[in-house]
Amino acid sequence: MELWYQIVSVLPFDWAGPDGLYFMKNALLAVLVISPLFGLLSTMVVTNRMSFFSDALGHSAFTGMAIGAIFGFVDPMWCAVVFAIAFSLLFTLVRHRTHMASDTVIGVFSSTAVALGIFLATLGGKSFTKFNNLLIGDILSVEPGKIGLLALILLLVIVLWLMSFNQLMLSSIHPALADSRGIRVFWQEAVFSAAIAVVVTVSMTWVGLLVINSLLVLPAAAARNLARNMRQYHLFSILGAIVAGIAGLMTSYYAGTSAGASITLYLAAFFAVTFLLRGRRA
Amino acid sequence: MRKPKHEIQGAGCAGACCLRVEHLGVDMGGADILRDVSFHLHCGQIVALIGPNGAGKSSLFKAVLGQIPHSGTIEFQKAGGKHTRPLIGYVPQSPAFDRGDPVSVFDFFSAAISSWPVFLPTPKSLRRRVLSCLERVHGADLIDKRMGALSGGELQRVLMAMALEPLPHILILDEPLSGVDIDGERQLLDMLDEICNQYDLSILLSTHDFATLEEYADQVILLKSTVLKVGAPGEVLSSDEFKSVFHLDLGKGAGT
Repeated sequence: MELWYQIVSVLPFDWAGPDGLYFMKNALLAVLVISPLFGLLSTMVVTNRMSFFSDALGHSAFTGMAIGAIFGFVDPMWCAVVFAIAFSLLFTLVRHRTHMASDTVIGVFSSTAVALGIFLATLGGKSFTKFNNLLIGDILSVEPGKIGLLALILLLVIVLWLMSFNQLMLSSIHPALADSRGIRVFWQEAVFSAAIAVVVTVSMTWVGLLVINSLLVLPAAAARNLARNMRQYHLFSILGAIVAGIAGLMTSYYAGTSAGASITLYLAAFFAVTFLLRGRRA
Repeated sequence: MRKPKHEIQGAGCAGACCLRVEHLGVDMGGADILRDVSFHLHCGQIVALIGPNGAGKSSLFKAVLGQIPHSGTIEFQKAGGKHTRPLIGYVPQSPAFDRGDPVSVFDFFSAAISSWPVFLPTPKSLRRRVLSCLERVHGADLIDKRMGALSGGELQRVLMAMALEPLPHILILDEPLSGVDIDGERQLLDMLDEICNQYDLSILLSTHDFATLEEYADQVILLKSTVLKVGAPGEVLSSDEFKSVFHLDLGKGAGT
């Protein structure tokens, strides 16, 4: 972390100097780790039409937190991670076993998870307010240890991408064709949705449940307006996420707003701009 | 009519390179989709599968591809009688690509034939390999187009090029002519003929277009839950089974 603080100190901001605000320096590093992570996952969330699914996952992560709190864990996050992985695998299984449209299946899972979460959180007349910070999120509360955890997850997702993006893309475009070429379609989707589950749950505390889905959808949705192939698609999505992440954090510092919401608004602007430019491609 | 390319035609497989389907049955949710389906597919032959909608054509393909459970046996033997697992190239029924998806023909192709991640900068050798595959279907100029921007005929050609890499023993095409205009159809049929001759593989395709059957098909299988009739195109089209299934009459010499 000392190295990072030295690097940051060259920036011309009042909080960036040697005696500046450590929580801002930490938050900036966290944003630099989180945004490429979301930019990367976003490409497949959009291609695989899973934007509603990642929303449902956010809800289930909250339920996991509530369960963790009931069992009295000091850090209910791990309970939430396990719950979210189970939720995503169960969802993938149900989606493969029925002919129901996947948004219907997601709706069933999402509402069940939310209801269970609220039920457990308010059990015995308890107040819901202690979960409020999950809804908005607070990037400024991030600790160096958690940044390390996020960096590790980013590394794992990059490895997953290198190893299986090709198969994942084929499975999402045409499952039967992918199967005829020896790809295990079910497992590809299961591993991918579990990866989203982990990322959403772990970063929820800092980004906020209400806006986390926008980070998974907007970067690639905007990139899709301009990209003509997979290389451009990934490049635009990741770059857009990083730029919006940094700009959003700065805005939140100077305007005193929520970082998650500010980042999302920048991403929405990114989408609007690319949408207007989209006609130019062949 | 095309010339027979093998001395051993007809019922048996004998020593020739051949796919043998015997007493195949598919049962889905208690309903018999297919029962007692038997036929032989020789290398170098184009066999057309015809039948009304719901006759089990797609299920038969899925069974041969090993995607759904089935009873009966599916065996493949190379020339000389050696049994092996066949390598099957599959061209799905013209899939709907989202017009906005940023997947280029190159992306789609290289994701299928190589393990180099498609989101990284492309090595030259991989691009050359994809180009040479597309060359087989005269589609090298399509490489940088987006999948969603291809016409029906172009999409079929790209999917066919993909099914030919690696070169399969059997090429299966699910209704390759649907969604393709007249020029595209002509081009596709010529290409099938070319591929069949050049690589000596067997081609099994399903179609609803009976008018062109006699030009390219060596054999026609009339399917409706089971095999109703097998034979040369003219023979099947003028058969009583064909008339009763389709309530129409297309065969040469019909009405005599």
